[in-house]
Amino acid sequence: MIYYRYIAELLFVLFTLLVFTGGYIALTARYLMNAVLGLALALLGVAGLYFHLGSPFLALMQILIYVGAVCIIIAFGIMVGPRPNQLADKRAMGPRNVCLSIGACAAAAGLLGSLVVQTVWVPAAAKVGDMSVKFIGESLMYQYCLAFELISVLLLAAIVGAIIIAGIGREEPGKC
Amino acid sequence: MLMLSDNLNTYLIIAILLLALGVFGMVRHKTFIGMLISAEFILAGASLNFMAFNRFLAPNPAVGQIFTLFIMGLAAAEAAVVVSLVLMVYHQYRSIDPAEVHDLQH
Repeated sequence: MIYYRYIAELLFVLFTLLVFTGGYIALTARYLMNAVLGLALALLGVAGLYFHLGSPFLALMQILIYVGAVCIIIAFGIMVGPRPNQLADKRAMGPRNVCLSIGACAAAAGLLGSLVVQTVWVPAAAKVGDMSVKFIGESLMYQYCLAFELISVLLLAAIVGAIIIAGIGREEPGKC
Repeated sequence: MLMLSDNLNTYLIIAILLLALGVFGMVRHKTFIGMLISAEFILAGASLNFMAFNRFLAPNPAVGQIFTLFIMGLAAAEAAVVVSLVLMVYHQYRSIDPAEVHDLQH
């Protein structure tokens, strides 16, 4: 029985590796399409981490929304954009700037990491509810109903706005 | 044995590294879409933080999941708007390089 825990731990390490491999690909890719594939890989890894955090529902949502929708939108944006050879690092950062930015990011990560390690996290004394989808749905419909409706209105506004913005760009100058 | 997957600090440190990756990508990428991809990394780190706190500390385990769902919706809306903006910028300037979009400077 104890083997299951080792397997779960191995999967956790694999998902973490997936996240950082995807991140590395997305950051160092020469072409944007490769960067999107790296992003999809990293988000798949994050979905696995959600699974380890006890929420298979969110893992599925992550795959559906992020990997399925957001990455496809970005891929479309790349496909109608400039040609790949127009994008290839024509003004890449110099080594000095790369070192400086890596140093700044590492310093910020180190500061936050030291905070995380030093803080004593206190779990809540009592738990109400559970991680089930039924409980999430009830909370969405009763407790967080207003936020839920606002998010749906925001999505609608974003879609309409996106269509309008892209539509304006398509018009011939001087026609309207 | 040390269970990495059952420890809050592991998830928080992964989220910090995702944030650092995203910030570095924002600086490194020379296109709007590259910067959008880096912003998705930062959002993924934030969601992971919420889920980790939800799993280990929060009294109500539905709150973090609902928040993460909201972040996913916001990220989808943001991606749609940014991609349409990028399309318009490319149509006007024939480039998606932020350095070449500088009409407001003059």
